[in-house]
Amino acid sequence: MHLLLKQPSVLPGFGLTLGFALFYFSLIVLIPLSGLFVRTSTLSWEQFWDIVTNPRAMASYQLTFGASLVGALVNGIFGSIIAWVLVRYRFSGRSLVDALVDLPFALPTAVAGITLTAIYAPNGWIGRYLEPLGIKVAFTPLGVLIALTFIGLPFVVRTVQPVLQDLDKEVEEAAATLGANRWQTFRAVIVPELWPALLTGIAMAFARAVGEYGSVIFIAGNIPLISEITPLLIMTKLEQYDYSGATALGVVMLLVSFVLALAINLLQWWSSTRHMQQ
Amino acid sequence: MSIHVEHVTKRFGTFTVLNDVNLQVESGELVALLGPSGCGKTTLLRILAGLERPDQGRIFLHGTEVTDQRITERRVGFVFQHYALFRHMTVADNVAFGLNVLPRAQRPSAVRIQEKVHELLRLVQLQAMADRYPSQLSGGQRQRVALARALAVEPRLLLLDEPFGALDAKVRKELRRWLRRLHDELHITGIIVTHDQEEALEVADRVVVMHQGNVEQIGTPDEVYENPATPFVYQFLGDVNVFHGRAIQERTIANLPPLPDVDSVLPAGAVDEREVTFVRPHDLELNRYRTNSEQFEATVRYILTAGSRVRVELVVLESEQTIEVELTKERYRDLVLREGEVVFVHPRHRQVFKIPQS
Repeated sequence: MHLLLKQPSVLPGFGLTLGFALFYFSLIVLIPLSGLFVRTSTLSWEQFWDIVTNPRAMASYQLTFGASLVGALVNGIFGSIIAWVLVRYRFSGRSLVDALVDLPFALPTAVAGITLTAIYAPNGWIGRYLEPLGIKVAFTPLGVLIALTFIGLPFVVRTVQPVLQDLDKEVEEAAATLGANRWQTFRAVIVPELWPALLTGIAMAFARAVGEYGSVIFIAGNIPLISEITPLLIMTKLEQYDYSGATALGVVMLLVSFVLALAINLLQWWSSTRHMQQ
Repeated sequence: MSIHVEHVTKRFGTFTVLNDVNLQVESGELVALLGPSGCGKTTLLRILAGLERPDQGRIFLHGTEVTDQRITERRVGFVFQHYALFRHMTVADNVAFGLNVLPRAQRPSAVRIQEKVHELLRLVQLQAMADRYPSQLSGGQRQRVALARALAVEPRLLLLDEPFGALDAKVRKELRRWLRRLHDELHITGIIVTHDQEEALEVADRVVVMHQGNVEQIGTPDEVYENPATPFVYQFLGDVNVFHGRAIQERTIANLPPLPDVDSVLPAGAVDEREVTFVRPHDLELNRYRTNSEQFEATVRYILTAGSRVRVELVVLESEQTIEVELTKERYRDLVLREGEVVFVHPRHRQVFKIPQS
């Protein structure tokens, strides 16, 4: 890559479009985010540290990031299976299932939260059968995990699906003619091809789950130190007019999210250039 | 290893891809399946590999029926047109793949596998590329890696599906000579699918010409080129001028007009037939003067002098049919041809096929 900003091109408008892109990006992303830091800077370092390391905040990080990670991993496995079935098999209702996958994208998250709560509550459709087994879902960290898994599913399916679609059938046939059985072909030929896309999908599902609010607050019960996520804690502080405290937690979330976004980009870069070393 | 294909039929939906195909390949032979795209040659190859199942018929490898045997049990090497290399593996790992997936009891030691990979890479002249990825190789190099990978498992039979089809003309020519030498060295039974008649005639011991799911002719390259069994084979192998005519009862030889609308004589009592006469461009002779009765007149329309031979396009005066004639450079110089001139054309050699009235 040359770090040349301007190269002669047959397409005019490089300066104009770059200028507009930077302006728009500043307006939409950079200015609001810097506002967050400005607001936080009214706190002293000790105050900031106290707020962000408060036991209740620490418990919320653990739940938010922990449940998001587990949810993303679960999606990694089952999302891949769904993508596999949608790409490899032709069955009636396939396009319907394909469309349903996007539902967690489109559904208002509050609706998802209310629905999940209704189903998993001790008297709900599924909750009533889990209750006698001693499994409580609604109003526990498990409920948080289910909500975060629900909203992250499309990310994995939609990143893995196109890669599976483009997978060359001949490569699998080549493996078979060389004596590999189905499992060996899957492990040595298909998985390495899917791996970058799968990692990207998992990372995106994780990032989405970290920022999730609407679907979680209904099913979580929001018990401090047990089932309270960081976004809710921020809301609580806002309701108490503790703007500085809210922004302090916001800064922590922002930093983690930024690191995640960077990681996603690195993964994508890695997956597209891995076999192209010249 | 010998191959025996018995009455194989394959349909995709209502379309018959292979129609009762019979084929016998002797051990150590290199046979080319030649035909236009859609003639069923690739399907036949895939059936031999076990990638496709025939609807009817049986396949024997070395006298044993394998029709229902799985791909992995057939020990057949397959080379794909678009290489089908594992792009996340290095060249060496690609070649070693077939050995690495062997059951533990049959798998050679890691050291032995490494030795074997180097041996094979030396064979395909790619020792220096062992640690590269497929994307860093040229098309010709990738196909050689694919070949080394197929040979690693010591297949009893090597199947090549248009292996040089995606390469440019010069590399293609080089590679097919190289493949021929490799075959002479290894004596492995091989079948190569191609739509390039030049490639088939140059590389194979025998050529199987296929058309619309049928085998049209089987023979050595000389046989199929010199004595095509059907009009299709004649037209498919090399350039050709086609003259349509009729065979009519009881006309005297004296009345027989020369080409282009040839009419020949049938014995009394036979039914009138349509017939097609084929003449290769180099079998047409040009003269400035009438030298015998079999000549016809034609106008020179276009002369192409580039290449080792001169190609002349003419229009037959009588029928306005366009024909093509190939001349040596010397003959062309002697004739001093110019575009627009009228010359006399004489077929030195022709082949007539009768088409039954239907």
